[in-house]
This record gives sequence, structure tokens and C-alpha cells, in this order.
Amino acid sequence: MLANNLSEEFLTVTESLVRIRNLTFYRGNRPIYDNLDLEVQRGKITAVMGPSGTGKTTLLRLIGGQLRPHQGQIEINGRNVPTLKQAELYEIRRNIGMLFQNSGLFTNLTVFENVAFPLREHTRLPEAMIRDLVLMKLQAVGLRGARELMPSELSGGMARRVALARAIALDPQLIMYDEPLTGQDPIAKGVILQLIKRLNDALGLTSILVSHDVAEALSIADYVYIVSDGKVIGEGTPDEIRHNTTSAIQQFIQGLPDGTVPFHYPAKNYAEDLL
Amino acid sequence: MINQLQSLGRISIDTCTSIGRSGLFLTQVLFRKPRIRRSFPLLIRELYSVGILSLPIILVAALFIGMVVALQGHNTLAKFGADAQMGQLLALSVVRELGPVVTALLFAGRAGSALTAEIGLMKTTEQLASMEMMAVDPLWRIVAPRFWAGFISMPILALIFNAVAIYGGSWVAIDWLGVTSGTFWSNMQAAVGFRVDIVSGIIKSLVFGLVIIWTAVYQGYDCVPTAEGMSRATTRTVVYASLMVLGLDFILTAMMLGDW
Repeated sequence: MLANNLSEEFLTVTESLVRIRNLTFYRGNRPIYDNLDLEVQRGKITAVMGPSGTGKTTLLRLIGGQLRPHQGQIEINGRNVPTLKQAELYEIRRNIGMLFQNSGLFTNLTVFENVAFPLREHTRLPEAMIRDLVLMKLQAVGLRGARELMPSELSGGMARRVALARAIALDPQLIMYDEPLTGQDPIAKGVILQLIKRLNDALGLTSILVSHDVAEALSIADYVYIVSDGKVIGEGTPDEIRHNTTSAIQQFIQGLPDGTVPFHYPAKNYAEDLL
Repeated sequence: MINQLQSLGRISIDTCTSIGRSGLFLTQVLFRKPRIRRSFPLLIRELYSVGILSLPIILVAALFIGMVVALQGHNTLAKFGADAQMGQLLALSVVRELGPVVTALLFAGRAGSALTAEIGLMKTTEQLASMEMMAVDPLWRIVAPRFWAGFISMPILALIFNAVAIYGGSWVAIDWLGVTSGTFWSNMQAAVGFRVDIVSGIIKSLVFGLVIIWTAVYQGYDCVPTAEGMSRATTRTVVYASLMVLGLDFILTAMMLGDW
């Protein structure tokens, strides 16, 4: 009953799939987010970018309900994630796929078993159908031939593609990518970018892409948020972001070593320190 | 002075917080809605890796410990012309103390550390987080089968330890040192009580098993997800579990030898 209600709500068409309001989150005494507002449009790829250490991964964990904010709302289809009970949260998560930075593949399972894992856990499909579904997902990421390999035998790019196949195994509505391009060679980057775009368009997904690979993220995103110091410092389409004249955004986009984000970590006067 | 007081207070608060968190963790593992059809295959797999794979070290250790106890016992008892009591000495030492305690220490070192490292590595490589995001509860899927497998394995391993140690001791006493077989076994049979000795040993091993496996899975689940954090968690499992086993052994022995 609960499952049916939630699934129906998930299918309710509203413009924003994810809506974040006044989000405040601390790690210890350090504020990570301070009254952050952000929206993710249905069917679009929304990129969340910003310097390292600004809490982009934390944002995905907050949206997925793995962390609870100190204040504010995180709504997915109108349901406020932080207030959900575990059963409701797990029901919502069945409609969310997440690609982790380390892929998060189960190291004791083969590629095939990894992709089959969510299907076996959440459905009672016959084994033959699970096999077909897994092969279809692996075909979508180009790794049908690697089904018998163990995660330790995969390259970084291949591991992310397998994780992507697993993330879309249950045909989610929302998929979140945590730094999918970090540490990848140019070919692997191209493959992953193409997959993100193709899967989003072909499967009608909504994607949140967390990255600090500026050119790559801007090339496929429909809308971009740039986050720094716990706030959104710029937002817009990729073109609007490219032409934004704010110094902090230009420093980030152009990769300038000094600017609003200083090169030097705060310290006392250099001369005083040496003497 | 104030700084020292502050440090003491901080350590006390951290310790209490940690104990409270581990207690809540244990409650969450113990009081889960049973899913027997899905959980049983997972339990069997973990019984193999936690219990069966611990067998070789338990068997070898038990054999040698039984042999050493027999040698040492004979050496002392012979001085008083009491070497006929060898069977009694061996059985009581092994069943009451050495069986549960040594098995527990070996179990903590072999299975406990392996469990902490395994769960800690799963946390460090985001396997637990990805499982959560797939709406699969890691406490049910990962922690509970390992917990129950450890809890079930420990008393069985202790009983196997007892049998093998007594066999090793009997081999040294009878076949090597020349103690009469009939005397050895009949004295042992007369001296060992089922409830007082064997059941006491089983109760001890159950308590030790609970403490070890609780420490191991909690330390793995709660570790800082870095290489150093995992290393510290694994060390903590072995140190905490071993010390708790020895402390609890004293308390349980005092209870069992008293009015119990």
C-alpha cells in the first residue's frame, strides 16, 4: 500500500523533481551549507560544481537521505526527505540511482552479480528475466562482454560504467553522479559523458551531476549551479555561466590560481613568520 | 589543571557516547524483523567464513595446548605421586578455562579482525553507502548474518577445542608418559560434571562470542573510512575483545564458583 502510494506520488508530474530550501548543514562547528536553495528540473541534467571541499558529495548524501540537515527542506516529488521514516526513505531510494566516486561495486561479486543485486533484492523476477535485464543494462554501458569479470579486473572507467549499469537496473527516475570523471583518461571521460547524456535522454531520467571538470560538465548540463562557501554563488545555463562576470565564477571556470579563492591558506604575515 | 580536567571530561564523554552508540547498534542488529528465507543463505555463507575457516587455527592450537597441559601437569603431579589425576587436571583445565578463553582469544584474532577489516573496507570503498542508496539495509544484509554466524560459531568452536585438547593431552599422558588409560579416563569422567563444568564452559563461550562479534562488527561499521581508520579499528577489535574476554572470564568464574 505504502509502496503504491509512493510510486504514484513519484509519477506525479511537477516541474522540479528535487527542491532544496534553506538547507543548513554543519560538520562539527564548520558550516557546509548555509541556507542553500537549489532546484533540479525534471528530465534535465543539472550540474553542481564548485571547488574541492565545498560539500558537493555531502549535498548528494543529503538528497539521498544518508545525512540529515540541521535545518531546511529537501523535497523529492514534494516529500521532505529528512522527515521520512526508514521504510519511506527506502521506498523513495528505489527510484534513485547513485554513482559513487569509488564506484561502490561489491568486490566479492562479479560484474553480472553486481548489476543483478538490486533486481534480486527488490523484485521477484525469474532468473531468466533477471539475466536478460542485466545483459540489457550492461549492453547499454558497453560491457556485456565483461559480465564474468570481478571488479578488481576492471579499469577505473569500466568500474564506473558497471556502477552506472547497476544504478539504472531498477529504472530510476533520478540519478546522481558523484565526480564521475575524476581520475579518468580522456577516452573514459568521453565515454562516461556520452553515457550520462544518452541515458538521461533515452530513459527520460533526471540527472544531478556533481563535478569540478568544468568543460566536460558544461558540455552536457542543461542547468548549472556553482557552489562555494556553503552558498550558491552562480546559476544558469552553461552559456550564462560562461559569460557570468562574477570574479569567483570566472576564477573557477578559468581555473585561475588566485582570486576570490586565495592561493594561500590564511596565515600570519610572511615576514613575521620568518623572523 | 583546567586543561587536564577538560581532557578527562572529553575522554569520559567520548567513551560514554561510544558505548551508547555501540549499544544502539547492537539493539538494531538484534531486533530486526526476521526475513528467514532471504537471511538463511547469507547466514550459511558467513558460518563458513567465520566458523569453518577458523577451524584450522582452533584445531592446531587445541592439540598443542592439550599436549602442553598434559606435560606440565604430569611434571608437577608426579612429584606428589598423583599422576593418576592427570585426566582430571586436563579435563577441568580445558573445559572450564582454556577451552572457552583460548578459543575466544583465537577467534578474536582470526575471525574478529577479519570481520572488522571486511566491513571497514566495505565502508571505505563506499560499498555500504551504495547498498543503502539501493534501499538495502547494510545492517540486515551485511552485519546481521556475520553477527549471528559468529555468535553460533563460538560455542561450537570451543566444544571442538575441548575435544581436541583432551585428545592431545590423552595422547601425551597415555601413549608417551605411560599413565594408565583406564585411570586417566575414569578419573576424568568422575571429576567432570556436566552442569558445573561443561555447561559453564558453554555459557562462557556464548558470552565471549557475543562480546567478540559485537566488538568486531561495530568497530568495522563505525570505523573512520580511511586506511588508517581501518587499521585502528582492526587493532581495537583484537585489543578490546581480548581484554573484555579476560575480564569477563574472571567475573563469570567468580559467579560460577560461588552461589551459581
